[in-house]
Amino acid sequence: MRTSSRRRVVSTVLDVLVWGILIAMLIPAFWLVFTSVRNPVEVNARPPVWIPRELTLEGFKPLFGQSTGATGAIPFDRYFFNSVLVALVSTAIAVALGTMAGYVFARYRFRGKNLLFLSIMLSRAVPGISLSLPLFLLFARLSQSGPVRLIDSPLGLIIVYVAVNVPFTVWLMDGFFREIPIELSEAAQLDGCSEWQTFTKINLPLALPGLAASAIFAFLAAWNEFQIASVLTRTVNSKTAPVGLFDFTGQFTIDWRGMSAMATVMMIPAIAFVFIVQRNLVRGLTFGAVK
Amino acid sequence: MAQLIQTSVAERQTATAKPNRAAHFVIGMLSPSIVIILFVVAFPLIYSFYLSFTSFNLLRPSTTWNNFANYQRLLQDPIFGQAFINTLLFMFVTINAAFLIGLFLSQIIARTARGQSALRTLLMVPMMFAPVMVGFQFRWFFNDQVGLVNNVLTSLGLLQGSIPWLVDRWLAMFAIGVATVWMNTPIVAIILLAGTLSISPELYEAADVDGANSWQKFRAITYPLLGPFITIALTILSLDVARGFDIVSIMTGGGPAHRTELLWTYVPRVAIQDSKFAQGAAMSFVTVIVTLGFTVYLFRQLLKSRIL
Repeated sequence: MRTSSRRRVVSTVLDVLVWGILIAMLIPAFWLVFTSVRNPVEVNARPPVWIPRELTLEGFKPLFGQSTGATGAIPFDRYFFNSVLVALVSTAIAVALGTMAGYVFARYRFRGKNLLFLSIMLSRAVPGISLSLPLFLLFARLSQSGPVRLIDSPLGLIIVYVAVNVPFTVWLMDGFFREIPIELSEAAQLDGCSEWQTFTKINLPLALPGLAASAIFAFLAAWNEFQIASVLTRTVNSKTAPVGLFDFTGQFTIDWRGMSAMATVMMIPAIAFVFIVQRNLVRGLTFGAVK
Repeated sequence: MAQLIQTSVAERQTATAKPNRAAHFVIGMLSPSIVIILFVVAFPLIYSFYLSFTSFNLLRPSTTWNNFANYQRLLQDPIFGQAFINTLLFMFVTINAAFLIGLFLSQIIARTARGQSALRTLLMVPMMFAPVMVGFQFRWFFNDQVGLVNNVLTSLGLLQGSIPWLVDRWLAMFAIGVATVWMNTPIVAIILLAGTLSISPELYEAADVDGANSWQKFRAITYPLLGPFITIALTILSLDVARGFDIVSIMTGGGPAHRTELLWTYVPRVAIQDSKFAQGAAMSFVTVIVTLGFTVYLFRQLLKSRIL
């Protein structure tokens, strides 16, 4: 009796402690949302005001075409539209291409396979800063001579984000396809399925959780990417939301509340996307590890 | 590609079974990915490698060959040396810190009785933050005049005056490190938590019977069985390590006076602000080699754990 009640106390203390640690860790996230709905007096108040005393949506006004004292109106609708377009299209293409390649890595053996796999993975680790400048020069040249415009256009960004997100998808899907019993494919081929049919009809449906995990990663990476977008975009034609955040920075001041408001709105699609496929994220990431 | 062998199906159906069809299939499935990576990653890298041997700059875009002049200049540039060391230090410390804190979080969350899945969801919140926004948020937190950190320390009576977080070299590196680790820790915790929960409880019951304490159980059961999960977590960390660029460039921009200069901030400073593009290209090439070296090491481990 005594040990079980002691154990219960220990477990309660632990739970409280863990929740405390996690909430403390998330202060930056809460703070962002709180700042977006604060009265400007509270934003830099000393001592800090933790929970906003009054809520105001003033901070969101610049996003919807109304200027406030701190900043003029921000063409947020354009940024948001560009971000959604670029993130969704590049995610769809990257997941499709990466899944195809991942399947081949999981199921076939050929010369130079390890080297090819390693090279594809390493292409993801190349820092954006080493790519953005030469990409700018190349895209600028192509835009001058060719019919396709790649600088300051969503198309250019989509192409870049597909390439950035393919390697991770290849890696995840390779692990996923390895877990699907090969006997299923063998049976299908004996029944006369082609290579392509074996892939689409047998393996692909079983790998859907992996597709979901890959899609989250690709989407978040594209949605939040800043380094390359800041070099390749120039105007509202192609500027994405992370680049647009800089509209709130002046030479010496930053409109924290406006910026927090925009960042809060930016997180909504990300949160929605992650929640929809959350279960599959963990499963997808760790699938290859459970034996 | 011609000597393609299909692992199971073709092999077991005797080796003569349509090797050509499989070869075409493999090429067809791989080539879209390869083509786009060549176009977006390999081609620009080769182009900038070529430019790094010329005197190309944005004002005078002439490609006069000047051998290794840019690389020689790098060796003589004390700021580059400093940035190089800072970058290695930064990658080493932030990856290890994110890993250890993530491991710690995963272990305590695995032991909670109430709201475990809610905790896991909360963990995902920093992953949704754009790195730029993490940079802005922590720049404000560590601001010496209005930032939350000094503000709280003052309110608690622990601090008189203010700590110049983003001005002093080591304090600034610390602040940038905190922001980076904050962004990178959750994914480690999520993966290691999933790993810990996948371990069979019977193992722990057996250890209890033998009278093992918590630490012994962790050392003998949890940690070894987490092996593959740890590799996955470290791989993800190493692939995203350069995302720290957004954070550094916003929090300090490599300044003040190059104190927090990393290769990622020094390259654009030289290439764009000073418009010495070729010099920047040489530098960015060194950056690529440093980053990839780091990643290759971790990948070796991953490839080893897989039957290819």
